[in-house]
Amino acid sequence: MSNLRDQGAEFWAKWDRPRRVTFVIASIAVAASLPFAGNFSITNILNTPISSYQDVLVYPVGMFVLMALGLNIVVGKSGMLDLGYVAFFAIGAYSMAILGTHTHLNMWEIFPIGIALAMFAGVLLGIPTLRLRGDYLAIVTMGFGEIVRITALNTQKIGGPNGIANIPSPPSLFGLKFNISHPNSFFWVVLVLILLTIWMIRRLSIRRPGRAWEAIRQDEDAAELMGVPTLKYKIWSFVLGAGVGGAAGVVYASKAIFISPDAFTFNISVLILSCVVFGGIGNIWGVVLGGVFLAYLPERIRFISNARQLVFGIVLVLVMNFRPDGILPRKKREKALLTKDDLGGKND
Amino acid sequence: MHTLISQFWQLTFSGAVQGFIYVLISLGYTMVYGVLRMINFANSEIFMVGTFATVVITRDLLGHPANGPDLHGATLIFTMLLCLLGSMLVSGLVAMLVELLAYRRLRSLGTNRLAPLISAIGMSIILSESVSLLTEGRAVPDPEVLHKSSLATILGANIRIDQLLVVIVAPIMFFSLQRFVNHTRLGKGIRAVSMNEETAKLMGININRVISITFLIGGLMTGASAFFFETVYEATKFNIGFNIGIAAFTAAVLGGIGNIRGAFVGGLALGLLETYASAVLGSQWKAITVFIVLIVVLLFRPNGLFGEAVQQTRV
Repeated sequence: MSNLRDQGAEFWAKWDRPRRVTFVIASIAVAASLPFAGNFSITNILNTPISSYQDVLVYPVGMFVLMALGLNIVVGKSGMLDLGYVAFFAIGAYSMAILGTHTHLNMWEIFPIGIALAMFAGVLLGIPTLRLRGDYLAIVTMGFGEIVRITALNTQKIGGPNGIANIPSPPSLFGLKFNISHPNSFFWVVLVLILLTIWMIRRLSIRRPGRAWEAIRQDEDAAELMGVPTLKYKIWSFVLGAGVGGAAGVVYASKAIFISPDAFTFNISVLILSCVVFGGIGNIWGVVLGGVFLAYLPERIRFISNARQLVFGIVLVLVMNFRPDGILPRKKREKALLTKDDLGGKND
Repeated sequence: MHTLISQFWQLTFSGAVQGFIYVLISLGYTMVYGVLRMINFANSEIFMVGTFATVVITRDLLGHPANGPDLHGATLIFTMLLCLLGSMLVSGLVAMLVELLAYRRLRSLGTNRLAPLISAIGMSIILSESVSLLTEGRAVPDPEVLHKSSLATILGANIRIDQLLVVIVAPIMFFSLQRFVNHTRLGKGIRAVSMNEETAKLMGININRVISITFLIGGLMTGASAFFFETVYEATKFNIGFNIGIAAFTAAVLGGIGNIRGAFVGGLALGLLETYASAVLGSQWKAITVFIVLIVVLLFRPNGLFGEAVQQTRV
């Protein structure tokens, strides 16, 4: 239990290529067959009592994992505290809802538009605000999240508090039907997005942007002095995170058929951030685990309906107190340099 | 725009009332930020618990019925004083509990800065959900004890007694706090920890005690604010802390978080701004106006209006 993440990495390093490929394919196959896990008597403990297990896998579980991975680029990789991540999710969802109901574009065509709009919002917010540090950035991003939600709430043209209904389902793809009775297809789309995001983060981490983010996270001033264009890379990480959030939003809106501003509250930002920190900030596998656990737990214990949020709070406090770096902490090499000053802390 | 001009003084007065309620809550954020450099996420729920303390004291402890008669004279003063002190004490103790459960262990481990943030979020979920379970998620009315009579009309502004009370007592509390921090031994300890924790420790200051007391003081101020809120609005709910907490935190940042004087200016500015914006654009846009002003202020003054580094008045 000393550090599961490091042990895993050691195993991985010892393996040869065929073994790695087999392992990856097997893991993807297991993940892709998750929707069927509820069917067997031995695994039906997984079933969520109130809502359908297959739906829960898409939202919240899949969506939370996807968004937690996106937020991890901002919070975990480059060390900026973003409390308004839900804004990008909302922008993606509203792009889908507005374009889907007013034009003849389908979800696959709206998908890149939604991502682009979310990324554009990321640039718009990022350029003026990313000069701010630490908690000031946190409150500005939080403000941005609320601005997006309240604007949606107050704009009657996009439904105001009533939201937008009858968002079209995506047309079939590769023989897979997408509608309310086929939640599994949506799950596989989300899974593909998750895999793409993981792939993107892993690629970037070992290249220039990843090294720049690492430097910025550890000491922004030093990074700047060493010639890292910090603002540029901060904006990049912000924009990539925003794009992932937008992608999640597009799929969410077309799966949910109906969206309203209530689905994009500050609580969601907080929950996603909790997934990142709870699982193991900066570590992809930890973040995935955190997303799965924190999204699934409240659904699984819905039978104690009233007290489930209370249990959620207690779990957060306990886990943070006893595993402050998350369930699966990041690599030791990275942690060795992680001090109290991380994320722009005390620097008197 | 017309409403703003014709009712300027009325709006200014109610804005100031709202502002002083924010000032006291922002002190809860700013005191804790000053010593720990951390956002006390649970402060909004500490406020919420304070409002319930006021309700419980009037309704259950003193047995004042929900729509009973207004009180007068000595009984009125006694009831209100008891509510004020009770709600301050409850909030203060809850704040100390939050520090003990959510921050202390993590502080001794010297972990990353996000872990305490998440455990504080966990504490705030625990607080609000416990109250939600106890009240079954309903809004709870607070029995009226003070008859809200209009005292005078100055420059067209209607001065109500409960609002006047806030405008007079809240600044007194603020200035006593500032005096306490600047002129007492304990206050000096708080400032020392705020400036440099390591050095303070070497100077023989008991860090844990100072931090605990800082949470207590922040809680006391937040509790006082909860009492004033109840006196003016007379109702509460388990989720009441959320919006008001965001506003108060924004106020603290606006003035420069960690800076006591900043909390005063920020809170007052925010209260006025909100009220003016509601009059001009309609109340549904007030939160947006506030955030936009905050973003603009931070762009030009990245450390808030008064900055973080005012060591004299800084916590």
